[in-house]
Amino acid sequence: MSETPMIRTVDLAQHFPIRKGLPGRPGAVVRAIDGVSIDIPRRQVVGLVGESGSGKSTFGRAVMALDPPTSGRVEFDGTDLSQLSRAALAPYRRRMQMVFQDPFSSLNPRMSVAETLGMPLRFREGGAGRSERRDRAAEMLEMVGLPRSYLDRFPHEFSGGQRQRIGIARALMTSPDFLMADEVVSALDVSVQAQVLNLFARLQREMELTMLFITHDLAVVGHVSDIVAVMYLGRIVEIAPTRALFSGPRHPYTEALLSAAPSPVPGGARKRIILEGDVPSPVNPPSGCPFRTRCPYAIAACAEDRPALAAVGPDHRSACIRTDLDLMPATGRRTEAALEGSPG
Amino acid sequence: MTERLRVQDLSVHFRSERREVQVVHDLSFTLEAGRTLALVGESGSGKSVTSLALMGLLPPPPQSRTTGSALLEGRDGADLLGIPESRRRRLRGDRIAMIFQEPLTSLNPVHSVGAQLVEAIRSHRSVSRRAAWDRAEELLDEVGIPEPAARLASFPHELSGGMRQRVMIAIALALEPDVLIADEPTTALDVTVQAQILDLLRRVQERTGMAMLFITHDFGVVADIAHRTVVMYAGRMVEAGPTEDILRRPLMPYTSGLMASVPLLETAGTGRSELATIDGFVPDPAAPPAGCAFHPRCAHNRPGRCDVPPIAVEAPAPDRSIRCARWRELAEEVR
Repeated sequence: MSETPMIRTVDLAQHFPIRKGLPGRPGAVVRAIDGVSIDIPRRQVVGLVGESGSGKSTFGRAVMALDPPTSGRVEFDGTDLSQLSRAALAPYRRRMQMVFQDPFSSLNPRMSVAETLGMPLRFREGGAGRSERRDRAAEMLEMVGLPRSYLDRFPHEFSGGQRQRIGIARALMTSPDFLMADEVVSALDVSVQAQVLNLFARLQREMELTMLFITHDLAVVGHVSDIVAVMYLGRIVEIAPTRALFSGPRHPYTEALLSAAPSPVPGGARKRIILEGDVPSPVNPPSGCPFRTRCPYAIAACAEDRPALAAVGPDHRSACIRTDLDLMPATGRRTEAALEGSPG
Repeated sequence: MTERLRVQDLSVHFRSERREVQVVHDLSFTLEAGRTLALVGESGSGKSVTSLALMGLLPPPPQSRTTGSALLEGRDGADLLGIPESRRRRLRGDRIAMIFQEPLTSLNPVHSVGAQLVEAIRSHRSVSRRAAWDRAEELLDEVGIPEPAARLASFPHELSGGMRQRVMIAIALALEPDVLIADEPTTALDVTVQAQILDLLRRVQERTGMAMLFITHDFGVVADIAHRTVVMYAGRMVEAGPTEDILRRPLMPYTSGLMASVPLLETAGTGRSELATIDGFVPDPAAPPAGCAFHPRCAHNRPGRCDVPPIAVEAPAPDRSIRCARWRELAEEVR
């Protein structure tokens, strides 16, 4: 028997009404996430990758129980969060924290670092005293590689990378078990991005954190994650251990994403799949497989039923009826170049 | 190779609180017909300021001061930095055009796509409204916008990010410029759309032979689109050469450091190894370090060599340049 996952979502859906319906006629809804069932095992990092509008941030918010789901549920450590009252949810909130893309807009410009970091502890049962909060804040600053002397400074005095570290320190104040990171390195320069990714890796190891790491960047997701889930139009289309997903994608959308991501590795010829058009509207998604309108391998049957996420290998699931395809791995370009270079 | 734009000793100063701060230092490069040059660097490297200076889009003196020359070759050639604004305005859009990272802020929200294209055409060419409108439709078709006739009536907010960038490209290409400056044009786009736009720019370049200056922070995009690359740090060229050479054998520690700090698709899931990092921060342009601007962050820094001005630009190969006091020994070490 495997242990209870830290997070389990069961058929989780989040629909947002955008137009009121007339009596007898339903209004339009955006199906931001539409039936997502995944597990985030303890002490593992699950990377969620998708393009804008895929629903990945909505999924993150739903997992954090920030918005009540339209249907389905989120279980945290075996407890169904949707059944809990606000008060009953509070102890769970302390165990789950989040970090955002733009650290500047998520830090209060009028609060010193010490106040910002102390905030999550102020409303704790009993409430931590001022000096206790300050000590803990100093400890967390050092944990994220910033000097204690920053406690009395304000957000505008810091660079983007430093602000992101402060955002991470704030998330760690309550010693959470689970951390949700939404596009946390997207706004950073590459050299700073590397520092922050290394920091996440170290914290995850040292504090035995379970993480949901949301990003649009495939190379980043491949670097930080144990398991990668690919989202398209509010649905998971493929999920697998990182190596398996990158070396043997089984969904055409994953293949297209991997081939579209530019790589600085020099290496001769590259086969690139260029998808046509944009992601369809989640108000009126295509029938059957949501990806079929852009899929180079679509056949008539793809329009019929919505493909289920089915096992295609060990811990590897894909939602595609074309199980006959031999898709190109992320490393395929290199292999191809090597083959072309060899004489036989 | 036909030269299209020759930039020589470009320097840009900004004035802040009665002090002048130099943000671009003696930058020289050449854009050739049918070729793409990438300017690569992180925030504060001066890459975007360079593009704005060439387009004449920086605030007028005394807020900013641009020196050096930028010779546009060909019919009515001119030094972009030395001509009056009225003449530059005639060249801008016509001979040299620019696209930006965020098309929504560059497009006018209250005019239709068609009206903006027609304006771009008719501000430089005396053609009838009818003919301009037909050309606008052709242009949308060329940049891969479906149902171009119908799309002419659309407003920017009705289009997706990728479609807006296509419209921007259509406007930039309306008069078949000799030089296109693209400042992070795909940074705000999804990867599948980025691939479409890079592919589009490449096809247009093959067809029209325009020279392209491509500004980016992403070495993956550089590998994809650029023939030559200039790496910038703190307003200076630190390394330049053919893209493939630079990616295979970077000589400047800043270049190799940047490249090593990017996670690669090729190694995804092979264990969470530490990424290489560059410690410290980009220097304040008001107080640059003496000698090599990168030396305080450089693992190969040697006091007495790297912190002493000036660091000369050398040519390790006929088509490569480097600004590093220790490049020769470092190259030996690798070997």
